[in-house]
Amino acid sequence: MRDVAVVGFAQRQMAEFDGSPTCVELLVPLFAECYEQTGWTRRDVGFWCSGSSDYLAGRSFSFVSAVDAIGVIPPVNESHVEMDLAWAMYEAWLKIQTGEVDTALVYAFGKSSAGVLRRTLSLQLDPYTMTPLWPDTVSLAGLQARAGIDAGLWDERAMAEVANRSLTDAEKNEYAIRKGGSSVEELLARPVYADPLRKHDCAPVTDGAAALVLAAGDKAREVCERPAWIRSLTHFVDPMSMGTRDLTRAPSAQRAGAGADLDGVEVAELHAPFSHQELILRTELGLGDDVRINPSGGALASNPMFSAGGIRVGEAAKRIWSGEASKALGHATSGPALQQNLVCVLASEGTDD
Amino acid sequence: MFYFCAMPRTLSAPVTVAFDYTRSTGPVLGRFLAGLRDGVVMGGRTSEGKVVVPPPEFDPVTHAALEDFVEVADTGTVTSWTWVPEPVNGQPLDRPFAFALVTLDGADAPLLHALDVDSPADVETGLRVRVRWRAERTGDITDIECFEPLPEGESGSTVQARETVDPVTGIVVPIELDYLYAASPEESLFYTSLSEGKLVGQRCPSCGKVYIPPRSACPADGTPTAEEVELPDTGTVTTFCVVNVPFLGQRITPPYVSAYILLDGADIAFLHLILDIPAEEVRMGMRVKAVWKPREEWGTTIENISHFAPTGEPDADYESYRVHL
Repeated sequence: MRDVAVVGFAQRQMAEFDGSPTCVELLVPLFAECYEQTGWTRRDVGFWCSGSSDYLAGRSFSFVSAVDAIGVIPPVNESHVEMDLAWAMYEAWLKIQTGEVDTALVYAFGKSSAGVLRRTLSLQLDPYTMTPLWPDTVSLAGLQARAGIDAGLWDERAMAEVANRSLTDAEKNEYAIRKGGSSVEELLARPVYADPLRKHDCAPVTDGAAALVLAAGDKAREVCERPAWIRSLTHFVDPMSMGTRDLTRAPSAQRAGAGADLDGVEVAELHAPFSHQELILRTELGLGDDVRINPSGGALASNPMFSAGGIRVGEAAKRIWSGEASKALGHATSGPALQQNLVCVLASEGTDD
Repeated sequence: MFYFCAMPRTLSAPVTVAFDYTRSTGPVLGRFLAGLRDGVVMGGRTSEGKVVVPPPEFDPVTHAALEDFVEVADTGTVTSWTWVPEPVNGQPLDRPFAFALVTLDGADAPLLHALDVDSPADVETGLRVRVRWRAERTGDITDIECFEPLPEGESGSTVQARETVDPVTGIVVPIELDYLYAASPEESLFYTSLSEGKLVGQRCPSCGKVYIPPRSACPADGTPTAEEVELPDTGTVTTFCVVNVPFLGQRITPPYVSAYILLDGADIAFLHLILDIPAEEVRMGMRVKAVWKPREEWGTTIENISHFAPTGEPDADYESYRVHL
């Protein structure tokens, strides 16, 4: 395996992006930040991969329009996934592993506010027995939250504790669109929205974009004083049906964690768009109380579709670059109720060091 | 047509994207949906002996095609639920309701569907419910209108084995999504200028190329395009096609010509109509000029230009537009 590191990261997150869903004008300054962080130009990037969805954009070929932000004369080596940035990163990591390229810039974008996000996401469900009922994202998460409450695995207080810590930490994150912790009591006094969920249990609808830069071996050392080396990168998926899996668990997260080197992880950025999902993930990944969870505020503070998972990896990388942590975990999820999970472990030392 | 919304930087307009997906069902879902049409809920028995509803097409353990169908009751027990305070378009009920996981009597895994109750206080895990069947059934998951609480004292219907089943072979799933589609600031400039009868593009500061409609970045080198350039409404046909095939929403009787028109001073051609000339006489290099609609009909739309028509000038040299093909 080649040692590959995250050496660049840029993000924009907002409640409502005042512009086209192709997000070109958001991506141009993001790429500029990545070039500044690495000292590269676009010609130093060996591979590009983006994550986005036309269902979110409400138009066809939005990812092709987004390529304008790169500039493609001379032509670039480019790909796309209809998945979160974290999976675009996975493709780029594989591409680097093949030896064909040494560097990659991956990006993702989405204007969730253009439509009704929780409704649009019904299109990722089983098209025969689920989509015709338009089960919205919040409802599916609510079924999962209730299952755990009924089973005695967590309660509304534990969920409020997650929300309060996230909103408190988000105060230090300039990109967070919902921030300001208070107290568990105050949060519990707020009205229940989608029983058993309160609004602060659900990630806010967020527009935004993000980019990550990957580089192999010496290419990484050249541009980054303390590269965030990818020590593990694994992902698994569970069946889509809500009826045949134990909703209080996320076996795919457990398997991804089991395939990763989690020993000594100090910081974990978990992509949990609903408060109870953080509790599930902590259990499935076996993260102890000594692991700092979501210092960025996590997805409850802002959750731009298609970039929020990759942003978790970027936030974890920042802790490595700054020296704050020597081992950090970035997690991404996709699909209904934690159906698909990716775990990326970053460390200040590569396997060769 | 675009209009200014509350955010004045860009123009936006409502857009509805709709498509009826036609899906073949296969033997397992076809059997399940046929059951619904006939008022029966059909599960599938897996290799572990569990009865799962809807039946999985392949066994989750052995991966063999599922062939063991089991009829289950249309009554069951709520195993989880969530309140839907603000239903979205297309959901089974248009007033607040619960989504529930219901394990039907005779099944081991729950089915997701709506539960019609007035408030969260009327539902709890463990509640006994029954299927409310739609009167007109076609073989679709929506043949179950929703679940409803089972009145006290009533038991479920008894399951009766079917003798013959005529499987459903396909379903149509209409999908309709509503958006507020925003133009980019550059596109907004283009459409606003059109409402004043002007064609405004932008020039790339790096390579000098002029784009109309303007883009947020030069697709050749990724540089944001900032300098505005007003272009004339005359240009050259670079390439074209004769439309002979009728289609839904067509506004002109075929045959007619759709052409790429390179405005004078632009580096990218855009699509518009060529009229006022027989289709067979349209050619590459033909010089054309915009024919504008009456001013009182103008809006923030490219349709302010009705079409392009020949100017009568000599054709442009191939070399003058070769690189723009």
